[in-house]
Amino acid sequence: MSAVQPFIHLAGVSKSYGKAHRKTLAISDATFDVQPGELVALVGPSGCGKSTLLKILAGLHPHDAGTVRLGSDTHPFDPARDIGMVFQAPLLLKWRRILDNVLLPAELLGLPMGPTRERARELMAMVGLAGQEDKFPYELSGGMQQRAAIARALIHDPKLVLMDEPFGALDALTREKMNLELLRIWKESGKTIVFVTHGISEAVFLGTRVVVFTAGPARMADNFQIEFDRPRTLDIKTHEAFGAYTRRIYKLLGME
Amino acid sequence: MEDFKSKLGHYALGVLAHLLLLLAWYLFVKLGEVPKFVMPSPADTFGALTMGNYNWWVNIRVTATEIFGGYALALVVGVGLALVFTWSKLLESLVLPLLVTLNMIPKVALGPLIIVWFKYGVFPNTLMAFSIAVFPILLTTARGLREIEPDLLDLVRSLRGSRWQLFTKIQLPGALPYIFAGMKVAAILAVAGAIVGEFLGSDRGLGYLMLQVQVTLDTPAMFMAVILITLLGMALYGLVLLLERLMVVKDARVAG
Repeated sequence: MSAVQPFIHLAGVSKSYGKAHRKTLAISDATFDVQPGELVALVGPSGCGKSTLLKILAGLHPHDAGTVRLGSDTHPFDPARDIGMVFQAPLLLKWRRILDNVLLPAELLGLPMGPTRERARELMAMVGLAGQEDKFPYELSGGMQQRAAIARALIHDPKLVLMDEPFGALDALTREKMNLELLRIWKESGKTIVFVTHGISEAVFLGTRVVVFTAGPARMADNFQIEFDRPRTLDIKTHEAFGAYTRRIYKLLGME
Repeated sequence: MEDFKSKLGHYALGVLAHLLLLLAWYLFVKLGEVPKFVMPSPADTFGALTMGNYNWWVNIRVTATEIFGGYALALVVGVGLALVFTWSKLLESLVLPLLVTLNMIPKVALGPLIIVWFKYGVFPNTLMAFSIAVFPILLTTARGLREIEPDLLDLVRSLRGSRWQLFTKIQLPGALPYIFAGMKVAAILAVAGAIVGEFLGSDRGLGYLMLQVQVTLDTPAMFMAVILITLLGMALYGLVLLLERLMVVKDARVAG
């Protein structure tokens, strides 16, 4: 066997919402593989089904047709504890201190608290929140809160982290900074990440692979590797290849 | 230190405003030569505490029992019912619309009925305070328990969190600020309920005393009764504020 078994395998996945005669197609033709340790960016306009696909991967919604396979022989996957989620809003619990917010998934899973608290402190340091453990969410800026949300998504050591426009609500500068931070965190944690965004340049900058979706009808339009040296810096945004990638996506979305 | 100073100044101004009102009251009566039976001076008012055989202490205790008793009952029943509703959607759909309608009844109009059913005394007046205080607590608690971010729900579901975990870790603490918002409104209403009850029929209490001394035009005693009723209300409201301060994180508090 030369080909490595993919960590995520999707083939012809589709889903629609609504009753029999008034169905809305939420996603169709989703076919792509994700290797362990990849950071895949799903990009497309609103209503293209990228968030729906994320929910299918999280096991929150069933799909109507096609194959969804998570995990492989070398990378077994437990749907109950191998998913970490980050949303557009940090969704921190206002009444909990940051450290206790980070611990929430561990509590839900009933992990032993002693070592987990230690891990939470390490993760907070990794996402750049050392010293903020005892603060309440309202004492942190939006970018800091989102860092805490990322630490929370990693606390139970999931194999797959699903991110739904995690930096969409941040200002442009904070967003660029968080992109760099995410690449560092991704490298340090070695997680497989599926990252949903409608930012084309964000997708190209972050992704090892970009999967493009179009709306009306909602379907997957393209799936390609992004080749840049690692570690990536903001410099690559000025490279010719970067422009070529973004042009390719704009074209697919009918914006050229 | 700066913060402490500005806070102290803030409180000092509040105390000053009260003292100014007292002064204005004194000057108005003194300079206007207002007759005592129309408006007594502050000194005459506080003098009423030592004048006559009004059993102030007994009456204060009776009214306080009605207010605090009715309020405590409203808190237990209001929060209790709201909790039942979160666990039974059927019951909620069935009973909540009914309660919204019942809330429209001016509770004061129930007074004569309550007297028919329970005679007069401490119990019916407690019931009066209860009936008027229970609705804001019940309705805001039910609302608070319903307010839950869909993405947060997804986060819990992706980790296969149980319904009980969702309730104890997210719903209940999330509803706390709402419960307090309802409790603050109810604190003011409970006082009004008890006094109206005493007006309609009773043989003890500060409201009863007011009707008694009205006959003899002992206006200073009426003034004193109003002040004591207000103080009882402030004690209850203050207690609620103190509890809120202890139990709800600053940022999560709902204005009310």
